[in-house]
Amino acid sequence: MKTIKVLAGATLALGMAAGAAKADEVRIGLMYTLSGPPAALGEQARDGFQLAVEKLGGQLGGLDANIFVVDDELQPDTAVTRARGLIERDDVHFVVGPIFSNVAQAIQRPIVEADRILISSNAGPSDLAGEQCHPNYFNTSYQNDQVHEVMGEVAEQRGYSRVFLLTPNYQAGRDAMSGFKRHFTGEIVDEVYVPLGQLDFQGELARISAMQPDAVFTFMPGGMGINLVRQYSQAGLTDRVPFLSAFTVDETNLPAQQADALGMYSGTTWTPDMDTPGNAEFVAAYEEKYGHVPAMYAMQAYDTAMLLDAAISSLDGDLSDLEAVREALRNAEFQSLRGEFSFNTNQHPIQNFVLAQVAQREDGLFQTEYVETIFENYGDVYAELCSME
Amino acid sequence: MYTTLIAVQTLNGLQLGIILFLIAAGLTLVFGVMDFINLAHGVQYMVGAYFAFTFTALTGSFTLGLLLALPAALLVGLILEVLIFRHLYDRDHLEQVLATFGIILFLNQGVKVVWGASPLYVPVPELLQGSIQIFEGFFYPIYRLAIIGAGLGVAALLYFLVSHTRAGMLVRAGATNARMVSALGIDIRRLFMVVFGFGAMLAGFAGAMVAPILSVEPGMGDNLLILAFVVIVIGGIGSIRGAFIAALLIGLVDTLGRGFASDILRLVMDPSAASQTGRAIAPMLTYILMALVLIFRPSGLFPVKR
Repeated sequence: MKTIKVLAGATLALGMAAGAAKADEVRIGLMYTLSGPPAALGEQARDGFQLAVEKLGGQLGGLDANIFVVDDELQPDTAVTRARGLIERDDVHFVVGPIFSNVAQAIQRPIVEADRILISSNAGPSDLAGEQCHPNYFNTSYQNDQVHEVMGEVAEQRGYSRVFLLTPNYQAGRDAMSGFKRHFTGEIVDEVYVPLGQLDFQGELARISAMQPDAVFTFMPGGMGINLVRQYSQAGLTDRVPFLSAFTVDETNLPAQQADALGMYSGTTWTPDMDTPGNAEFVAAYEEKYGHVPAMYAMQAYDTAMLLDAAISSLDGDLSDLEAVREALRNAEFQSLRGEFSFNTNQHPIQNFVLAQVAQREDGLFQTEYVETIFENYGDVYAELCSME
Repeated sequence: MYTTLIAVQTLNGLQLGIILFLIAAGLTLVFGVMDFINLAHGVQYMVGAYFAFTFTALTGSFTLGLLLALPAALLVGLILEVLIFRHLYDRDHLEQVLATFGIILFLNQGVKVVWGASPLYVPVPELLQGSIQIFEGFFYPIYRLAIIGAGLGVAALLYFLVSHTRAGMLVRAGATNARMVSALGIDIRRLFMVVFGFGAMLAGFAGAMVAPILSVEPGMGDNLLILAFVVIVIGGIGSIRGAFIAALLIGLVDTLGRGFASDILRLVMDPSAASQTGRAIAPMLTYILMALVLIFRPSGLFPVKR
């Protein structure tokens, strides 16, 4: 009996020693959507981050990186519970994620108010860039409106005078339309909102055929986008009406869209073929390890890891002073795969935005390819609403 | 220009109607002949699409895939009938609804286990790829025309089977008075099984036909099932002819409603209010139609005489 107690005590002591926080490690929670149909996006982000940490020898800024991966299940309430777990149980220094804006809006307060730093590597809702901004909240992707603004500017520059808008009927769809209209001064011949989850677009395509607009702009994420692109191409519209889009033709959807997406346009910050320092190696390493072409989600998470690496290095691994950590993140010198990258006053990126077009590579795989730069060193319009006090 | 748009939207409506008919035909027979509410009928449509995906991938030919998917869908229908549905015929409607709803949940998860949660895609058969110009500047995908043609063919075949064969006569008799058919020495259980398996195969055929234009994914039949119930209520429960006319009617009302509600309202309202109201009204139109039919013809447009 006594032996058992001693053994139990020893095991407990050992367990506690292993669980206790080590001074020379950095603990990071990765929160992405890893279940359900949108899991492909979250998996890309998780893999991109881990690829960077692997490249850096399992360390970030000289500290051993201890990474906790959690699934937000695309449920804001689940996400908040998991975020609290990361803070209270795992005692993380940083939370990186999520993919979706509704999750970001839910977890931002609980994390920043617990004096931890949240770095959104994809979601960029307008409120968090504007009035709800916070010194402990950083964004390394974009503000949601900006990718739609790119397409509006493209339509403007190319002199399209009549454009047809098509998005799902929910908040992000309405935001997409208003983002498009910010720089577009021509005529909107029709704004069509379809129910979220609609899979047959034949009625809308007939309308497009009838109106003969100069271009179509759409934001149709996930499975809806796959169906729309296939049907758009089947209806023979691709050559006659240019297809401008955001989050519709990207490397997560292209394996299903295949040749049907050829020639379609997308607004983005990066493409796999872009000639920026380190990009070719990143794409090659990612494809070698995971067997598919990386999308912007993977690139943004990779960049976030590189940002953390640079910031922690500049602090010589001392994460005890929160204000110093924030300052180090703001001024971190790292090479983004996108090229130029710096933080605006609202701690969102100032960066270039580009027009991309779907093309087939020599090995038969499909990817988006760089066409031209639309905005240079572009910040978002919500920065002026943000005061860091 | 506007007349051609109406013509194209009518084609789209026909195509939706044909798909709805293929699903509703089995549903109305099962409901009419066996007095059995089968919510799991939409799952048969999904299963057909998944089989078409697998067999097309295995054989490399959509035609072969389709031909193999039909007996496979029939087999699934028969297995479900023997294992589960057979034991529910004598229960009341609520228990049938509960049990078949359980089958929906079970099979929707089941296909996730076998095929995964992400949507799957079947390539359009090479012969039917591309689109043809049906009017000046209007292109229509050939494959969708093929769906309309195949659906009309199946409808004609069904008409022949139900109206001009002995089996069809038994089915019609069963829909009017199943007990009397049984009393006349017909094995009604076997008739039920045949009807059920045939209905499952028709739904599977619809699923296989849409696989090249829509994504194949778990739960893809659930939305269509609701519309299929609307169809059989409007058409008259147990009536194939009613299901055919009602399916085309619903397909047209739904498609033309979504296409033109805003334009019609624009004649009397300002444009932004019109497009907002149009968006809200269009999805309601089919249900308004059903309510009207229920008010003026409570047993449907083509009621089966009892």
